[in-house]
Amino acid sequence: MNVLIGHYNYWIVIFLMMAGLYVVIAQGNLVKKIVGLNIFQASVFILFISMGKVEGGTAPIVTQGVSLYSNPLPHVLILTAIVVGVATTALALALVVRINEAYRSVEEDEIHEQDQSF
Amino acid sequence: MLFGIYSFLTASLFVTLDAVDVAFTEAAVGAGISTFLMLSTLALTVPREKVRRKRNVIPLLVVTTIGATLVYGTFDMPYFNDPSAPLHSHVARHYIEASADEVGVPNLVTAVLASYRSYDTLGEVTVIFTAGIGVLALLGYRKRRGKS
Amino acid sequence: MRPPTQPHNLVLRIAAKMLIPPILMFALYVLFHGETGPGGGFQAGVIFAAAFVLYALVFGIGLARAVATERVLRILASLGMLLYVGVGLASLFAGANFLDYDVLAQERLEGQHLGIFLIEISIGMTVAAVMMIIFFAFAERGVRR
Repeated sequence: MNVLIGHYNYWIVIFLMMAGLYVVIAQGNLVKKIVGLNIFQASVFILFISMGKVEGGTAPIVTQGVSLYSNPLPHVLILTAIVVGVATTALALALVVRINEAYRSVEEDEIHEQDQSF
Repeated sequence: MLFGIYSFLTASLFVTLDAVDVAFTEAAVGAGISTFLMLSTLALTVPREKVRRKRNVIPLLVVTTIGATLVYGTFDMPYFNDPSAPLHSHVARHYIEASADEVGVPNLVTAVLASYRSYDTLGEVTVIFTAGIGVLALLGYRKRRGKS
Repeated sequence: MRPPTQPHNLVLRIAAKMLIPPILMFALYVLFHGETGPGGGFQAGVIFAAAFVLYALVFGIGLARAVATERVLRILASLGMLLYVGVGLASLFAGANFLDYDVLAQERLEGQHLGIFLIEISIGMTVAAVMMIIFFAFAERGVRR
């Protein structure tokens, strides 16, 4: 029972991660794949942040009278990861726009057909 | 639209987990920029997707197997909210205790980001810059030639 | 130009006109108070870009582009990167490690403060410029079709 209460954050993360992974491999639409990738990314952020939380601690800003802080190290890593993630998404969506202009479609199998018919 | 709501929910979750800096960034970036990118991509490409007929079982099986294996792997991990987890004991403790003497900035996240780990932040700024150049190269200079 | 009494856009334009300067000020506030509260370079940059996006959405891309031209944005982004590396090189030339802020001023804590200040400004510049570049690239793609 202790295991259940102590680990439920990891299971939520795994559920979100698998949902994102499923979208990436099962959907044919390129834009939906990118959305799935973002769901996956967000689940990893939740994993790190939830692991950094300390019970009874506050936000990691030094204030008078507070002695226990949540761990600032995962916050730093995730801050970087969020901004890098949006940069990657922007670049991926730019590629999707160009693919659409070249192939007239954003469905994976139609693009594959057009490639193979050359 | 759902995407924006998802980002906002994630940001709220971060606030409840004491990660105020991260929540700020996620709210600004996720609910703002990402939503705009998705909407404009949908506007620039096909607005509706092709309806699929057959359901494929293999991705579902793959995902379930990986999920089950991961859940099995989490049984050894430290409990949620545990202050004595090894994560909090070594480097982070040094950052929290010594940053008042070495850096003197109250916001610990900024102190770590800009002072202790500023080389990583340099890499991050480079990545953002490169992504900007990449988008500019892909979608930028089509002033004269019109696409058919 | 559009006559100013056109009803369907009027509320939006007035609201945007009132909101955009406070948003820009808030971005600067977040930037400079990143040391004592939540915030810092990245958040400030994104909020700054969001103000410009709001302007472009309400008043048209042409007007927004007249302020934030291609050249200005590219120079701003590159300047941010150069400033960041410049601070690191300044530490190198002063005799310490790359990006070690202790040697930037007389006191060690003062040096840290100065170094972090410059770093946050450069991050904010680059992030704001790149977000605006991305926005204008996507938005102008639709216009040319």
